[in-house]
Amino acid sequence: MKYIPTIGIECHVQLATKTKLFSEVDNDARGKEPNSCVSPVDYALPGMLPRLNGEAIKFAILAGRAMNCEINAYSRFDRKHYFYPDSPKGYQITQFYHPIIGEGYVELPSGTKIRIEHAHLEGDAGKLTHFDTYSLVDLNRVDTPLIEIVSMPDIHSAKDAHDYCKELWRLMTFAGVSYGDLYNGNMRFDVNVSLAPEGATELGTRAEVKNLNSFRSVERAVEYEIARQSKILDAGEKVVQETRGWNDNTGKTTGQRSKEEAKDYRYMPEPDLPPINLTAEFIETESAKLPLMPTDYRKKFGGVLKAEILEVLLDYAELMKKLAEIDEKYVVAIANLFTSVLLAEEKSAEYLNDLPTAKQLNDLAEMNEKKELSSTATKEVFLRLFDPQMKGRDTKVIAKELGLIQENDLGALEAIVDTVLAKPETQKAQADFKAGEEKVIGFLVGQVMKESHGKANPSAVQEILRKKLA
Amino acid sequence: MKTANKTVTAERLVRDALEKAKYFADYNIFTFLNEEEAIKKAREIDAKIARGEKVGRLAGVPYALKDNFLSPEGQTTAASHILEGFVSPITATAVEKLEAEGAIMIGRTNMDAFAHGSSTENSYFGPTHNACDKERVAGGSSGGSAVAVALDIVEFATGTDTGGSIRQPASFNGVYGLKPTYGTISRYGVVAMASSTDCIGFFTKTPDDMNLLMEIASGQDEKDLTTLPDYYGKTKAKKATKIGIIKDFDNDSVHPEIRKALQNKIELLKSKGYEIVDLEMPALKYALAAYYIIVPAEVASNLSRYDGVRYGFRSEKSENLDALYKNTRGEGFMPENKRRIMIGNFVLSSGFYDAYFLKAAKARTLIVQEYAKAFEKCDFILSPVTPNPAFKLGEKTSDPVTMYLEDAMTVPLNLAGVPGLTIPAGKTDDGVALGLQLIGPRRSDKNLIEFSKELA
Repeated sequence: MKYIPTIGIECHVQLATKTKLFSEVDNDARGKEPNSCVSPVDYALPGMLPRLNGEAIKFAILAGRAMNCEINAYSRFDRKHYFYPDSPKGYQITQFYHPIIGEGYVELPSGTKIRIEHAHLEGDAGKLTHFDTYSLVDLNRVDTPLIEIVSMPDIHSAKDAHDYCKELWRLMTFAGVSYGDLYNGNMRFDVNVSLAPEGATELGTRAEVKNLNSFRSVERAVEYEIARQSKILDAGEKVVQETRGWNDNTGKTTGQRSKEEAKDYRYMPEPDLPPINLTAEFIETESAKLPLMPTDYRKKFGGVLKAEILEVLLDYAELMKKLAEIDEKYVVAIANLFTSVLLAEEKSAEYLNDLPTAKQLNDLAEMNEKKELSSTATKEVFLRLFDPQMKGRDTKVIAKELGLIQENDLGALEAIVDTVLAKPETQKAQADFKAGEEKVIGFLVGQVMKESHGKANPSAVQEILRKKLA
Repeated sequence: MKTANKTVTAERLVRDALEKAKYFADYNIFTFLNEEEAIKKAREIDAKIARGEKVGRLAGVPYALKDNFLSPEGQTTAASHILEGFVSPITATAVEKLEAEGAIMIGRTNMDAFAHGSSTENSYFGPTHNACDKERVAGGSSGGSAVAVALDIVEFATGTDTGGSIRQPASFNGVYGLKPTYGTISRYGVVAMASSTDCIGFFTKTPDDMNLLMEIASGQDEKDLTTLPDYYGKTKAKKATKIGIIKDFDNDSVHPEIRKALQNKIELLKSKGYEIVDLEMPALKYALAAYYIIVPAEVASNLSRYDGVRYGFRSEKSENLDALYKNTRGEGFMPENKRRIMIGNFVLSSGFYDAYFLKAAKARTLIVQEYAKAFEKCDFILSPVTPNPAFKLGEKTSDPVTMYLEDAMTVPLNLAGVPGLTIPAGKTDDGVALGLQLIGPRRSDKNLIEFSKELA
């Protein structure tokens, strides 16, 4: 039988705020000792009370607006209870009843719109590492602000599931609210998959695959679930509503917890935090800070850049931002340099953090256009611009220092050509050319280039040579 | 408040207090005596005085600290087993403010473990005895603090009031006890019982002492987002003219000697020209039920952090994580703690939330409105604190519900967030202390304390 898969995705995004959601300790634990970014509040000493990080509220507004969502003027926190050493308080502070971000949608590159049900703010849990006879607890991640984005069941293919997650990642990095480092768990996905026979009005029983941390694993897990559930349904059996885990090595999901064993979180309003009341003005002011989003860039550059190049560049918020500052007539040239030169570099990730100025890049493109730089020289100067020592310096000066400016002055070029033509070692070639041997022109151009120390514009040289030898 | 000066040194005041504390050791008032640190601090203050430097408004005044306030001096256990061994790296905001004015903590006082109880019989350290009659309970949960003031060991003691835990023991021991408006004093660094009703307050011998302590300890705290913007010191004096009496709290269910005490004060007020207003407050009858849903829910939640993983007591015989939790909490909590955890978890369970917690929250709104209406008709309310005077030790321990019923007149204030001040009101024929409570609108604390002088 043919089945229609329906997929809903919950995505956890760690916000890149300076401090934690409920305390004033450093929120960036990258490269720090375990349990070194933990306040008495995070550690849940007796009598400790959560404070609220205003930056997280502002980030939530940006994240919400990036997904075309309503921002709720009134929102509130709730406690979600469970016992585990990754949760020092014995509960997670989340927004169960009144989330800050309301309905909205995310538009995929294909144009498909996936509706957002809501998104809420909450504190992350700590991390446990298990060994044979003991486990170690690291609370650095406790109460790192998260937003959990809950989609409507609008996704019907593994490809769209992949594209949706990737687009969310782009939205969060473009909005500047998350580092978006998937390897370090900055974004994690829980995927609900159910199948229903074609034409059915009700959805089938769903299985949830938890804690996926790459777009590829989302896509593979959905593919696997569609195949697994199809087989079950084809056999006339029933899909069990359960939580399943994904194994990236085997490419399979396995059952973890069924609905019967589902936990009761005993939600309760958080009495230590007053509700958040946002004025329309505040929401407006903060929303206005949202930079251009992928959809905006698609509109802006859609007619100029090839779709493949644009989609590659859309994986790099920094490059898109830079491209938006580039003179319109140089956008294609600079975009090409970004994709073919910069992203091919081994250290490109490092370079992204400190891009050359728009003026440096515009000047570079202009020099190339005016043939002052050959295409090879353009690439060389381009890479040179990423050298920290070249920061903010004039592109022309840099090119000159590298000795890469092409000689375009016809008078000066003629003089060089004359010198070369006067040399005894070129006499034979000149004669051959005049006798009709076309390809020796290359040798002569090469001699001129050599004489000019590579600065001559080769096409101009050829033109002069042809005139002189005619 | 007797502060230290050149002739009566802080060391003298502190040594006297410590000596009295030891003299009354059989009342089981203290869980810890802060001898070394207290004397050291007293000497520092004396040195300041000798040098002619400015000292605080509580310079050298010894005080007793309820054992649920965090400070690095002694263990903060909330009179529980599960916090045994916990020495706090943190000092509660209220303690910081008192000590900044020169007050010196001479000991931590006994209480019902985690403030669950009305008699201090639920303490891991055993019960505290009533100041007037050793056979009787001290009241609770702040029993140790009330008795410490009643026996003149210290001039003031801190307390917490979640459903009457200051006002009831103050009444049982014949001292002043204030539960301020919710959010007046920071809860930061005080072991939480029920976040939405917990209030920090004091026991004193006089209204003026109470006012001074409120001037010092009140105020907004960025570490407690539920604190109100500073208002106490800015309160405009307002002369009261009408005093309300709640009709339902003056009937046969109330002990005759308490009714007599109430009547005496009513007569006194009338003689001073006050108008007495009879109040119908029918919503208050839902208060006890609502309280014993909302508070256990918050209690169960707030006690989740005591799991033996990071600090305090950890059960030895634990083979796995589940056993660690079960054994630590099973051995570490008192029966009353467990009872409230179970009630709390029950009312929050999926499927029961709407039937219990949400309904109780609605009743709470009605109670808030009931007080608002009452204060349109009168300036303050005069009411009994409890239906009965201090009961005998062990008399009610086997029947938790009878014990809960004793809270019917104190808990409505906590649900509404309004202030309540217990004032001494004589003694029974048997010599048991009696008290009454004055209730005011939110933020009327200062005027409430001032008005209480009329009833002295």
